[in-house]
Amino acid sequence: MQSSDKESTAGDSRRDFLKKSSLITAIALTPAAALKAAENQADERFAELFEKIPLNLTVNNKAFKTSIEPRVTLLDYLREELHLTGTKKGCDHGQCGACTVHVDGERVNSCLSLAVMNEGKKITTIEGLANGEELHPMQAAFIKHDGFQCGYCTPGQIMSAVACVNEGHTGSRAEISEYMSGNICRCGAYPNIVDAIVEVSKGGMKA
Amino acid sequence: MINFQYLRTTSAKSAINLLLKDKNSRFIAGGTNLIDLMKRGVTAPEKLIDINHVPLKEIELVGNKIIIGALASNTAVANNEIVNAKLPLLAMALNAGASAQLRNVATVGGNMMQRTRCGYFYDIEMPCNKRQPGSGCGAVGGFNRMHAIFGTSDKCIAVHPSDMCVALVALDAVVVLANAKGERNVLFKDFHRLAGDTPQIDNNLKADEMIIRLEIPTNNMAKNSHYLKVRDRASYAFALVSVAAGMEVVDDKIINVRLAMGGVAHKPWRLTAAEDFLKGKEPSLGNFGQAAKLAMSGAKGFGENDFKLQMAPNTIIEALTIAKSKA
Repeated sequence: MQSSDKESTAGDSRRDFLKKSSLITAIALTPAAALKAAENQADERFAELFEKIPLNLTVNNKAFKTSIEPRVTLLDYLREELHLTGTKKGCDHGQCGACTVHVDGERVNSCLSLAVMNEGKKITTIEGLANGEELHPMQAAFIKHDGFQCGYCTPGQIMSAVACVNEGHTGSRAEISEYMSGNICRCGAYPNIVDAIVEVSKGGMKA
Repeated sequence: MINFQYLRTTSAKSAINLLLKDKNSRFIAGGTNLIDLMKRGVTAPEKLIDINHVPLKEIELVGNKIIIGALASNTAVANNEIVNAKLPLLAMALNAGASAQLRNVATVGGNMMQRTRCGYFYDIEMPCNKRQPGSGCGAVGGFNRMHAIFGTSDKCIAVHPSDMCVALVALDAVVVLANAKGERNVLFKDFHRLAGDTPQIDNNLKADEMIIRLEIPTNNMAKNSHYLKVRDRASYAFALVSVAAGMEVVDDKIINVRLAMGGVAHKPWRLTAAEDFLKGKEPSLGNFGQAAKLAMSGAKGFGENDFKLQMAPNTIIEALTIAKSKA
């Protein structure tokens, strides 16, 4: 498994533009005195608020070392710093599941986890699921059963679905629906998503 | 999110010492509620003390008590064999709450400490005595479909959102708290509090204290227990009304019974009058109806939540009926 860098250049440049422009806005909105105080460490307390924390973690079998503000969520770290934009920001409040990733093999909402709380952990995102060009069985099953329409919730659905199978919560369609309830699909592809999970669970998948 | 200092600690002692140093510091465990509140600007601690590495994750049977560490995850407790065998009510309540993703991260202590999901508490443009004491209550006379019918005050009609806590209050759990000097025990029913004139205070945990573990006595109600949650969606929604019911029936007589409700008060709501009535009686529909009627004494609707005055007794009767019918 490896992280995919095959983002389209058009997408990248749009994102980069948005990022740069929002950075400029942020600097423009920060009072000059505050920035200066932090820079000179004139106000130690204020400077501490800007402190970055060292962070070591593994994402899709690749080790990363960085230092990061404690307020950065795991979701924002993955998307903004590692450019792993497969993990989606839906509600950003733990209500939709679009940001679902695996942390040490368990599914979590990456929007409600601080990146620094994941020191030493192994993260798997949707980009880490396929084996090279070969799709993970759950990815293939979602395509086969048309388990999406707009596709925005799909990375989270697939990460959650893989965990659902690994946890053994696939005894019935009702059990699958119950254990997939943390992933909302506004297009309403639920029956097809359950079809995909049923097929993979019968095939004895293990991710 | 307003930035903050971040500290990590590996022992309860050092966590408590760090907490004492700065009154604007907060513990963070799973963070599933706290991070959300910080993103919305409802709360802005200056310092977060990450307690996830403190070894308080045990789940074990000691004598006739099940001990559960404050940092055991909701999933770990819900999946635990001892819990499922001895206290299935607790596992049922946990599985009725949140989503699989959230339960993997959320802890027992964090579940107890979660704040209300009242929309006025979450919207910082709105008045809320819980968020900003003295600013008024938006829910009284406002959108209050999800709100309390028991133990309300004119300052606050918010409900405690937990399912787990409803089961724990029914199970006579004990909460063990620690400060720098030592430990103290609090009955679970006394941990959370009613809003009264100080709705900003959710519970009786003191500023220098940390939740260490739960101690839950085992009972003979495991077989005939049920957690029934009524909500707007089939799953992944907060309770309109929920009922934790457990009973021990011998020779068609209820010799022990526990009842508690969620979604109806500022704290998990134990139904002692209904329990007292049912003890020694037949587990019949008629008696369940009488008990539900007793349980509703003092209930008061606020307009949009008036339907709970009928839904609550119906849910009590249904939960007792299902619990009784389990073979």
